[in-house]
Amino acid sequence: MDNHLVKLREIVKIYRTGETELKALKGINLDVKPGDFLAVMGPSGSGKSTLMNIIGCLDKPTSGKYFLEGKEISKYNKNQLALIRNKKIGFVFQTFNLLPRTTALENVELPLLYTKISGKRRRELARKALAQVGLAGRENHRTNQLSGGEQQRVAIARALINNPTLILADEPTGNLDTKTGDEILEIFKNLNKNKGITIIMVTHDPHVAEMAKRIIYLRDGEIVDEKLNI
Amino acid sequence: MNFLKIIQVAFRALMRNKIRSFLTILGIIIGVGSVIAMISIGQGAKSSVEERFQSLGTNLLFVRAGSSYSRGVRGGMGSVTSLTAEDAEAIQEKCDAVKYASPTVSTRAQVIYRNKNWNTSVIGCNEYYPEIRNWTVELGTFFTRSHVKISAKVCLLGQTVVENLFGEGENPVGKIIRVNRIPFTVIGVLAEKGESWGWFDQDDVILAPYTTVQKRLLGINHLRSIDVSAVSFERMDEAEQQITELLRERHKIGPYEEDDFFIRNMSEISRMASETSNMMTIFLASIASVSLLVGGIGIMNIMLVSVRERIREIGIRMSVGAKERDILFQFLTEAIVLSVIGGLIGIIIGIVGSRLISHFAGWSTLVSPASIFIAFIFSAIVGVFFGFYPAYKASKLNPIEALRYE
Ligand SMILES: Nc1ncnc2c1ncn2[C@@H]1O[C@H](COP(=O)(O)OP(=O)(O)OP(=O)(O)O)[C@@H](O)[C@H]1O
Ligand SMILES: [Mg+2]
Repeated sequence: MDNHLVKLREIVKIYRTGETELKALKGINLDVKPGDFLAVMGPSGSGKSTLMNIIGCLDKPTSGKYFLEGKEISKYNKNQLALIRNKKIGFVFQTFNLLPRTTALENVELPLLYTKISGKRRRELARKALAQVGLAGRENHRTNQLSGGEQQRVAIARALINNPTLILADEPTGNLDTKTGDEILEIFKNLNKNKGITIIMVTHDPHVAEMAKRIIYLRDGEIVDEKLNI
Repeated sequence: MNFLKIIQVAFRALMRNKIRSFLTILGIIIGVGSVIAMISIGQGAKSSVEERFQSLGTNLLFVRAGSSYSRGVRGGMGSVTSLTAEDAEAIQEKCDAVKYASPTVSTRAQVIYRNKNWNTSVIGCNEYYPEIRNWTVELGTFFTRSHVKISAKVCLLGQTVVENLFGEGENPVGKIIRVNRIPFTVIGVLAEKGESWGWFDQDDVILAPYTTVQKRLLGINHLRSIDVSAVSFERMDEAEQQITELLRERHKIGPYEEDDFFIRNMSEISRMASETSNMMTIFLASIASVSLLVGGIGIMNIMLVSVRERIREIGIRMSVGAKERDILFQFLTEAIVLSVIGGLIGIIIGIVGSRLISHFAGWSTLVSPASIFIAFIFSAIVGVFFGFYPAYKASKLNPIEALRYE
């Protein structure tokens, strides 16, 4: 038996808007081992985000099979997908996607609100996660009082809090300057190296992609090239 | 999510928009407040009507001479002489659903004490009358059976009569007053009833043995009516039945002939009055409910706006694992928290409001625990009802589209 964390077979995604049909993914086959660090590259509109959303259980493929830890996710219903998102996956977006007018701590706690964990333990875990991304002492700052780099750190802490096996990052440094971006990438690298968390990251920057263990190239909804970094 | 967490999250969200939350609540406050105030007016009216009936007498039945059917030509009541003291005696003796029966006659008379005079009504009755009509004797004693037997010229005075004939602090007991120039000895004073029926003052009265009033004041042998008190409220209809049978037999009325008397059953009249005031309560409450409804629509409106504003938030929550149910409950709880807080404040406003109404308008109001409970439950139901649609809409959002929403 294979021990792939993520296994995609002939994944197709078709968007329908009125009359027109758009085939965003045209039969993707992909295997990701536990502990891998995968970079996804490709021109704009090639389907990178679409792929991430499917792997992240935010969306369902039109056809094809998706296995996560050997379980066929493509058969799951909405509630089961929500549970997977909550327990197994951490998401980091280009636009941070933090709740406005809410403190860093509350943002990081958010995934735990949908578990049975008590309030006290929740805050404890959130503090730890914030410390892990270098934001100790900023717990009570509100989203709009934080810089972009800090906001992305909060988002990473939020992605980390449930001890996910997989972190998905869709252009996490896209809205940051190079220096801050590098700091964020350093966090991802550490998480991958020291905690063995599998990371899939979309990026436009070849220099960023160099950090990954493996790079795949998408074009028009297909994987056109693959490269291993040593 | 557990219950407390849900409420906490809802509270936080509402506190982020304090003014808007308050304005939304205002609709419910006014709605609940006016429902409570209106019900209190209705209930107040009902209880004061009931009190008045209570002051008239307990389990009271009136037997009057004449026909109940208003055949004008037969003349009004009193002109028929069929009712006698022996009838009253028989009712007292033979009807076991009857506790007390008193013959009554009445007339208006001019009463004089020294230099003061007063026009009042004189009621002739027997010794059971205080029990039947809820009179208590404040000073002196009521007259006895033997007073009645010998047509003694004794009487008891109501408070209004005392006020008009006697000076401050003067004890009327033992004094002699003249009723239509006939001297009566005052043997007692009646306690004040207070409850009046519009212009009719219950305390403006003199009670004397019916025999005395018949002979000395009226010169008649028949009765105006027989006042009867039934053994219990439940047996009032039975008492009415027994009296009817007895009197038909005594008056030798054939099977197809009409009664020459009629019975007024106060339980029926008071029931009718209560029903009327209940209807009034319902009427007032339903008018007030309209404002509660408008308040509910306000909540729905704000919740729809709020869901639209927070589509991104919903997307974020879904992306970290919120289920449809979690989102549904989140927004539903916000609506319920709004309406319940509004309901609680509305209850206070309603209670204060009904106090003010009774203070300034002089109406009696009654805030019953039931009306508070109903108003509270109602406001929660409004929250659920009007909060459900926006919450449902929120829960059905697609996570990706919600995250993309600008
Ligand atoms: N909800 C949608 N409805 C219709 N078409 C969509 C939708 N989402 C994406 N698409 C289309 O699918 C294609 C792939 O989109 P996707 O967002 O995956 O591209 P991407 O590779 O992430 O691009 P970028 O680098 O600009 O983020 C695009 O042509 C896009 O217009
Ligand atoms: Mg994209």
